[in-house]
Amino acid sequence: MGELLLMKGNEAIGEAAIRAGCQAYFAYPITPQNELGEYLARRMPEESRVFLQAESEVAAINMVYGAAGAGARAMTSSSSPGISLKQEGISYIAAAELPCVIVNMVRGGPGLGSIQPAQSDYFQATKGGGHGDYRLIVFGPSTIQELVDLTGLAFELADKYRNPVMILGDGALGQMMEPVEFPAMDEVTLPLKPWATTGMKGRPQNVINSLHLDPEDLDRHNAHLQEKYRAIARQEVRYELENQDADYFLVAYGTTARVARNAMHKAQGEGHRVGLIRPVTLWPFPDAAFAKVLDRARAFLTVEMSAGQMVEDVRLAVNGRAPVHFYGRTGGVIPSQQEIYEALIKIIQGGEKA
Amino acid sequence: MKQLFGPPRALQERPTHYCPGCTHGIIHRLIAEVIDELGVQEKTIGIAPVGCSVFAYDYFNVDMQQAAHGRAPAVATGIKRVLPDRVVFAYQGDGDLASIGAAEIIHAASRGEKITVIFVNNTLYGMTGGQMAPTTLLTQKTTTSPLGRKEGQHGFPLKITEMLALAAGAAYVARVSVHNPTHIARTRKSILEAFKTQIAGRGFSIVEVLSTCPTNWGLSPLESLKWLEENMIPFYPLGVLKAPGGEGMK
Ligand SMILES: Cc1ncc(C[n+]2csc(CCOP(=O)(O)OP(=O)(O)O)c2C)c(N)n1
Repeated sequence: MGELLLMKGNEAIGEAAIRAGCQAYFAYPITPQNELGEYLARRMPEESRVFLQAESEVAAINMVYGAAGAGARAMTSSSSPGISLKQEGISYIAAAELPCVIVNMVRGGPGLGSIQPAQSDYFQATKGGGHGDYRLIVFGPSTIQELVDLTGLAFELADKYRNPVMILGDGALGQMMEPVEFPAMDEVTLPLKPWATTGMKGRPQNVINSLHLDPEDLDRHNAHLQEKYRAIARQEVRYELENQDADYFLVAYGTTARVARNAMHKAQGEGHRVGLIRPVTLWPFPDAAFAKVLDRARAFLTVEMSAGQMVEDVRLAVNGRAPVHFYGRTGGVIPSQQEIYEALIKIIQGGEKA
Repeated sequence: MKQLFGPPRALQERPTHYCPGCTHGIIHRLIAEVIDELGVQEKTIGIAPVGCSVFAYDYFNVDMQQAAHGRAPAVATGIKRVLPDRVVFAYQGDGDLASIGAAEIIHAASRGEKITVIFVNNTLYGMTGGQMAPTTLLTQKTTTSPLGRKEGQHGFPLKITEMLALAAGAAYVARVSVHNPTHIARTRKSILEAFKTQIAGRGFSIVEVLSTCPTNWGLSPLESLKWLEENMIPFYPLGVLKAPGGEGMK
């Protein structure tokens, strides 16, 4: 057991990335994730690794493409408007099957929006985001320790599947401080990447590419990608299910899940049978958690810091077998325990139609 | 029997898809000859742009990455920063480099990235059918300046290479042309200097190569060479704008 450190979420991601063997990080300033870039500006050179502040998010993601294609563990981070700018690059990275980690500390949108926490980039993160048929593995951590653990896992899965992984945090997680424990330095062994463009010494040419002009060829490539995504969906679903025998379930991820859990405890204290489903992977979505409770669940209440995005996946998972309700706040407002509790009680008392 | 001349090792032996009279093929060959001469084929990584030369990865026999439109300098930066002892070059058209990728090229030069950029200027967007580029000359007709480029409406042609020469991080900056054998030989020499600048760790290097596009210019290959010489060179003067020894900036 290592020592516990009190750290901000943004800085914890930085240290976790270093422990995970991240060799290159490409930054561009945007609130509320600046502490991550600032932390790595100091730490990466200490470890003789690459820190570079790019001229834009567009450049940063394309630097990730180059570095990842050259075989390095690479990462970039931003917040909502910057992540929108990265989308073309992310599509290329997914298409060329390059492993990398992308952090989005989501802020309120649309447009310049606000700098306060939000979950309104769920669609963008889980449904593709850029052009074409592709998927990111998307994590929705809800504590700083989970941020650390999932950052390590993100690098591992990125390499395992040769696929970009997104950590979908929010402004609150980035700013909040909690005690965390890190894996030891040099604990990871970096995998060999015989496909990387490192110079063709002793082997034939390697090419990193996403162009397939022949329709049959691109169709085959897409079939290959889809096969990979199905394998990820079979093997990498992660979630937390609390109080499996409950009648009513709150569904929430990230910061919202913490508040939803408090609302659940309050309702339980008043004798209501309430549980919580907390997706940890937002893609692949944990349909399995719902399958476990559908036989007795009487209703679901999805809570998000958005106008209702994950709720669509909840409806798909529930597939009409129980009412699915939604409660959300936007713009940087975190739903309060009392608000969630009241929305829940309305449903339990039968006053709320799905 | 001793072989005196043959195809460069750094080029794959296959026919290109380029139009008759297009000079991309010549420029590819010159780069490959330089890679051979420097003996760096096994440690070179090239970047293919979006544009007519997108398939450069099928022609060069070195490791290659294909980059998004305009982003080749950023991709090259990513590669070079994690593999600093390799030789990294980006190949870009004028739409790619001077328009959509203007930010990436300026900042790669400004940071003094130890990469080499081969900038092929044919005054328009070749691959998409001959639209106006920042480099299109005044009065030049393209599919999106059908009556000829007018400064009041379309703006002026951009001499981006001159701009790049101002960047403190740029160590070698030259403009050359491939319209005749003498100039082809000079182009080869410039590309060699640019690669040497990179290998010596002196900073960013770029060679702008004036090039033809007979298909979209609506001229024969021969007429195109003449058009380049008579119209492009007066506006885009040839020469070394900046070199590590202090040459240039005339
Ligand atoms: C983001 C994006 N915008 C536009 C295009 C379409 N496009 C493909 S090639 C090209 C023009 C390239 O012209 P240039 O760089 O001058 O090279 P050339 O084809 O003349 O060699 C454009 C605009 C694209 N592929 N991606």
